[in-house]
Amino acid sequence: MLLQKKMIAGHFDRLANTAKTGEKAVYTFVPGNLNELIWAFDLLPVHPEINALQSAMRKQSGDYVLEAEKAGHSEDVCTYVKSDIGMMRKGNIGPTGQRLPEPSLLLLSYTGCFTFMKWFELLKQEYNCPVVMLHVPYQADGRITPEMRKYVVKQLKEVVIPKLEEISGKKYDEDKLRAMLASSARSEDDLVAVWDAAKQKPSPIDAYFGGVYYIGPIFTAFRGTKECESYYRTLRAEVEQRAKQGLGPVTPDGKVHQEKYRLVVEGPPNWTSFREFWEMFYAEGAVCVSSTYTRVGGLYEQGFRHDPEHPLESLADYCMGCYTNRNLPSRVDLIAKQIEDFQADGFVVNSIKSCNSFSAGQLLMMKEIEKRTGRAGGFIESDLVDPRYFSAANIKNRLESYFQMLEARS
Amino acid sequence: MDAYVGIDLGSTTTKAVFLDEHEKLLGFGITNSRSDYDIACQIAREEAEINSRFAILRRELRSQVAGDGHEQLIAWLFQKYRLAQHSRQLEALAQACRKAVDLLPNAAHRPPTHAVLDQILTEMEREAVGLFTPGAVARSDFFRDVAASSFLHLAEKKAGDDAKLLDRLIGTYDKSILQVEAKSYTNAFADYIRFAADAVRRMPEFEAHGEAITRAVANTIAIEFRVLNTIGTGYGRQRLPFPKEQIRSEILCHGLGAHFMFPKTRTVLDIGGQDTKAIQVDENGIVTNFQMNDRCAAGCGRYLGYIADEMNVGLHELGPLAMKSRKQVKINSTCTVFAGAELRERLALGERREDMLAGLHRAIILRAMSLLARSGGVVSEFTFTGGVAKNQAATDALRKLIAENYGEMTINISPDSIFTGAIGAALFAKRDRKGDLIGVDLKALQKPVKPTAQEQR
Repeated sequence: MLLQKKMIAGHFDRLANTAKTGEKAVYTFVPGNLNELIWAFDLLPVHPEINALQSAMRKQSGDYVLEAEKAGHSEDVCTYVKSDIGMMRKGNIGPTGQRLPEPSLLLLSYTGCFTFMKWFELLKQEYNCPVVMLHVPYQADGRITPEMRKYVVKQLKEVVIPKLEEISGKKYDEDKLRAMLASSARSEDDLVAVWDAAKQKPSPIDAYFGGVYYIGPIFTAFRGTKECESYYRTLRAEVEQRAKQGLGPVTPDGKVHQEKYRLVVEGPPNWTSFREFWEMFYAEGAVCVSSTYTRVGGLYEQGFRHDPEHPLESLADYCMGCYTNRNLPSRVDLIAKQIEDFQADGFVVNSIKSCNSFSAGQLLMMKEIEKRTGRAGGFIESDLVDPRYFSAANIKNRLESYFQMLEARS
Repeated sequence: MDAYVGIDLGSTTTKAVFLDEHEKLLGFGITNSRSDYDIACQIAREEAEINSRFAILRRELRSQVAGDGHEQLIAWLFQKYRLAQHSRQLEALAQACRKAVDLLPNAAHRPPTHAVLDQILTEMEREAVGLFTPGAVARSDFFRDVAASSFLHLAEKKAGDDAKLLDRLIGTYDKSILQVEAKSYTNAFADYIRFAADAVRRMPEFEAHGEAITRAVANTIAIEFRVLNTIGTGYGRQRLPFPKEQIRSEILCHGLGAHFMFPKTRTVLDIGGQDTKAIQVDENGIVTNFQMNDRCAAGCGRYLGYIADEMNVGLHELGPLAMKSRKQVKINSTCTVFAGAELRERLALGERREDMLAGLHRAIILRAMSLLARSGGVVSEFTFTGGVAKNQAATDALRKLIAENYGEMTINISPDSIFTGAIGAALFAKRDRKGDLIGVDLKALQKPVKPTAQEQR
């Protein structure tokens, strides 16, 4: 945790100092991000949705959302976008209180969430900087075909790399990229080992609330870096040690004394009341043994690794393989498999009010998963970073009812 | 007699149910929820106990009085019992009012206010006798409502044109009723029933049954209830003075309660004061899926309450008025306040009140239909519970929409549906003890509270 805090603080420091160092920032999104490629050109990745959620955890997003609404963005717009736009309009001061650099490039490497496209259109208007759009084919049939891969690689070669060369003034260095991808793969191995530890009873980790911390470095700016590798080596050792000792997860209030319910969670957490939300689970002895949100930046347990032997192809596969680029049947398969693999008692869907792309179809998914696994689903609704949409009493009521239902059915 | 108690602390009313060891219903109790939840809870529980005792009294009288005579007898005993209880509360109200008048800031106002107050209170006492007779239409089951209606009516009459005096009287009442509500006047069964028995024995038509009454009443008083376990549920359940193990979600309780009332139930719809729940249950009444309204209570009981206020009619009059509609006007159900505004506008445009109310009832049920669909649809048998299930316009709209969307099926609505949650809670109270359903550690429940520092010394 401390290591991660240091890493994130260090990155924001570096971003704040670009005026002095001359380093350039590339804004890009977490799902399907091309971090290694950005780093290979010595550019600095910035992830706007991470800024939004970090601002929310620091209780700043409410003001930003209001600011964006003042600027004409409707109540129904994705609150990540509004928090980001609001932050920008209030001087682009990042979550750590330091000013963020303006983007030299907006790199859109994933479009399964159509909001991303609109988001960068808005940022382009504000910053008047170049945009590169990598069109990532949606996995409509639930698989990646060789043609799809070729299509993405072609764009990487013909559009993305030349633009990165132009912005950075540096030639594309494939060896540098290969080295970073090899490092990524090692971190990915360690991360999968961390997820796998939750198969044990009791689980040594909470793979949703704790899990969002574990994915921090690899899904944000650090994948492919030495720091990232060392973070995951340390994390894996710690988690395996806890598993060996038969310890349960650590929460903000200490240890979970009894693992009463093992759950799989679909959907991002609410960030504005993160701790309160988490407490509703651990206070009842509910431990999340797996989640889909922690897979938005990569489904490594299915075997995918960044591959130094096929650098561009593996980047293409990475973009196409992220959770949010999967169709509903694949999402159902994944959750049903997680329920079985992690011996979960049930699953909870946290449906996000302002996320039209991924909340649609969740009730349908829920019914299908229930039918397939025989395990009960619970449904709650909240929002990402708009504090107005977290109704604690209502969510608590539903969760308690759900836990009691699991107990009555067991 | 061993009993298990379920308490449902709702946003409008608090309900309690007594169950015996064979899961047979002994009695129900209900009171208005008030700021002091502990008192609401205590009164509902005591009311349920009284109701249980009356069930026993009825059995006793049936065995001692030939033919149907016992029914008239029990009806009178019950009304006289209520009168005794009401009089005790009136006495408390009178005391509180007098004290409040003594504290009026302007001493010159005190004597004239006292004089009028005494007249009002005397008349309220006289009126009460007529209120509690078999067949009299009850204005409300709650002292608060009955007393307020009498007091305000009399105060207006006595104060005449003196608006300031009327203000003082109303202020006095408002302060005093809170004090009356903060205490229970229920827990005196023996006193009240003896009063009732004396009154009934003196009535010429029951002269012949004097001895039977005495015996039956004595037997009923002698019974002691031993409460083995209590489970609380409802909107205010977190505030109940119970340990966590004795609190159960209202969703589970409604599911099990509905199953108890109608064992073939598979889908339950509960429309309460501030939430609507669509629940699916299995053949044992265990919840398998549910959906609730989120963050907005449009489409719940309070929506009707708000509309009733807007239209200046009583909540109970809404349904009957809507039943008189000739055509249905479409009213939005997304927001209670907007619906109110829409209503005023349409009234101004000349729409009939009855037609709009029919539209409103349909709007509520449409919201419920969406929740039902989300929870997994409607499977026969379908049971409708909660306060709104008492409203015929709502149940008619529901029957129609269910038939249109899911086909004809059995729809159960019990006149006691308001007690569904409390029944479920009582069942959990009984089964938890036996470990039938949920393995609650009873020893942990009975663990003594930590001794205080003083006791430790």
